[in-house]
Amino acid sequence: MTFNAKLIFFTVALVITTFSGVGYAAGDSSTGDYEMEHKHWHFNGAFGTYDKASAQRGYQVYREVCSSCHQLKHLSFRHLGDQGAPFYDERYPNPNDNPLVKNFAADWSIESIDGETGDILERPGVPADKFPAIYPNAAAARASNGGGLPPDLSVIVSARNGGADYIYNLLLAYDAEMPNDMVMGPGLSYNPVMDGGAIAMVAPLSEDLVEYADGTPATVEQMAADVTEFLAWSSDPKMEQRKSAGLMTMLYLTILAILLWFSYKRVWKDVEH
Amino acid sequence: MSGHPSTYEPKYAATKWLDTRLPIVRMGADFMTFPSPRNLNYWYTFGGILTLCLASQIITGIILAMHYVPHVDLAFDSVQRIRRDVPFGWLLQPMHAVGASMFFLAVYVHMFRGLYYGSYKAPREVLWIIGCLIYLVMMATGFLGYTLPWGQMSFWGATVITGFFGAVPVVGESLQQWLLGGYAVDNATLNRFFALHYLLPFVIAGLVGLHVWALHHVGQNNPIGITTKTKQDTLSFHPYYTIKDGFAVVVFLLIFAFFIFYQPDALGHADNYIEADALKTPPHIVPEWYFLPFYAILRAVPDKLLGIVLMLGAIVVLFVLPWLDTSKVRSMRFRPVAKWFFWIFLFFCFILGWCGAETPDNIAIPFGTDASGQARGLNFTWLSRIATIYYFAYFVLILPILGLVETPKDRPESITKAVLGDINHTVIVPAE
Repeated sequence: MTFNAKLIFFTVALVITTFSGVGYAAGDSSTGDYEMEHKHWHFNGAFGTYDKASAQRGYQVYREVCSSCHQLKHLSFRHLGDQGAPFYDERYPNPNDNPLVKNFAADWSIESIDGETGDILERPGVPADKFPAIYPNAAAARASNGGGLPPDLSVIVSARNGGADYIYNLLLAYDAEMPNDMVMGPGLSYNPVMDGGAIAMVAPLSEDLVEYADGTPATVEQMAADVTEFLAWSSDPKMEQRKSAGLMTMLYLTILAILLWFSYKRVWKDVEH
Repeated sequence: MSGHPSTYEPKYAATKWLDTRLPIVRMGADFMTFPSPRNLNYWYTFGGILTLCLASQIITGIILAMHYVPHVDLAFDSVQRIRRDVPFGWLLQPMHAVGASMFFLAVYVHMFRGLYYGSYKAPREVLWIIGCLIYLVMMATGFLGYTLPWGQMSFWGATVITGFFGAVPVVGESLQQWLLGGYAVDNATLNRFFALHYLLPFVIAGLVGLHVWALHHVGQNNPIGITTKTKQDTLSFHPYYTIKDGFAVVVFLLIFAFFIFYQPDALGHADNYIEADALKTPPHIVPEWYFLPFYAILRAVPDKLLGIVLMLGAIVVLFVLPWLDTSKVRSMRFRPVAKWFFWIFLFFCFILGWCGAETPDNIAIPFGTDASGQARGLNFTWLSRIATIYYFAYFVLILPILGLVETPKDRPESITKAVLGDINHTVIVPAE
């Protein structure tokens, strides 16, 4: 019987290793020979949380750099002040009241319709608004970017094999030396992390491009790490709730399993089987 | 419903009254006291685990359907909204998505258990066939459900799978258009897939009812495959197997919870976080892991129609298995030769899964390099061909022939003898 229990665990372990193997194999295929840096992210691991200071700086990088081309389609401003979000403040359990969130929203101009006249007008954003589209439509986005369509960034970390490491390395890989036999089309840059090695986005980050309020030196690596931290949160905003609920669930199930094991032993005590 | 004499005695006036009109309490009571072989091991707990999987999928699915929008422009966004804004949506959505994988994991264990212990042999042929039907409907449900989030893999997976129907001679093209509701996967497809994805789980639930009914009519098989003969061979389902199943269920839930809370995306594809785009084909279209072995069989042959015939054949062959296996001995424990062929079969099923996940032309097993420095070796196409041949050979050659030529080991007379030994109380340990 313990032999069978072992077999079950062995099978499960085998299955899990098989799948994780498949996942890694897929993750490596797009990077070619480029050595991706596997960064230790604050949100890695069973107890990992988002580095709030880093994610806050990351929002600044998004606002000042990325947002000229990339939307955060699935985010509303209020999400920035939710529990587990970069700007969460326990004094404002309702993120719509959070003054920082209000300021961020007001910093954007939102297209809306005048209820009296039906005219289309621009007004400052409120926390309940979604992050607005950057371009009126996909064709306009392509026209402004040499044919490339800047992807939505709100789930980008989940949408790439390699996740946060992929985004971080992509932002830094512009320095890599282009192979001699490679020819770049017009408007394309060499980037070995990108599938195919050619990317329509020009190197977005340069030294001291933003000025951090907390005095952190704005190196390219720092900005890349910060914006990745922010985008990782944006892709999986409920991660902290999920992990803490996960811990309680696993503890509960473990205790229940132990109790059931002893009950099982008790019930079967006098039964030959 | 069950094939054993009822021991239920209604105690109260109300239950007596009900018992003569609709003996539903009696049915429940008989279910709980159903005599089960006393030697069932943990591989026999997966029936209970699967019931839980089905219930969990139906409950989470119904709640998700309240928030999901089956429209090509809104489906992807609505799933994001569920994960971000719907109360507990962050929990329900991964429960449902991971739940599909866990359901298939459990059903595969359950099926291989049946193959090993010969649970498909007389008198359990109908029980087995209903099980195969459940598996078939599960596959359809899983495929339909994977389309709904409307990511890139959803869209292109649906395009590839519905493309199979186009290969059917004569009527293929019209059949494909009828299924899609148009010339390509579009809003009409998404709408009908959602409707069918909601319907099929209840078909599964009905089939599960028949499966359990058939099970209780013929009684459970057991690890030594010897039919229960006396009352001594059995134990009441409750409390003996409720507690054993309960423990197994909780261990299974631990694995389930690990994936939900810590690795919710590990069993999926990153590409499915990109909204479906009919103009952009992903570099590798790969099905979910539980379809990979069949995908490998499909790609093992160069001809599209033959590939589809083989893929369907790989499932159809399960339905006729009770008549292919000529051996009267149920459990592989007493079949010294067949047992090894079984383990090789399991090994090749994993190989097929591996082949399904990889690019066919890549080298699977390298043999060094050729003169120009190119890696040589067995590529995945050929590996999947070998595995496919074994898959079918196991059912149509090995099992039919072995049953006639193999000499089985001596079997104990009864479960009681196997467990308690003979009169001298020396325990007969069946060969593992």
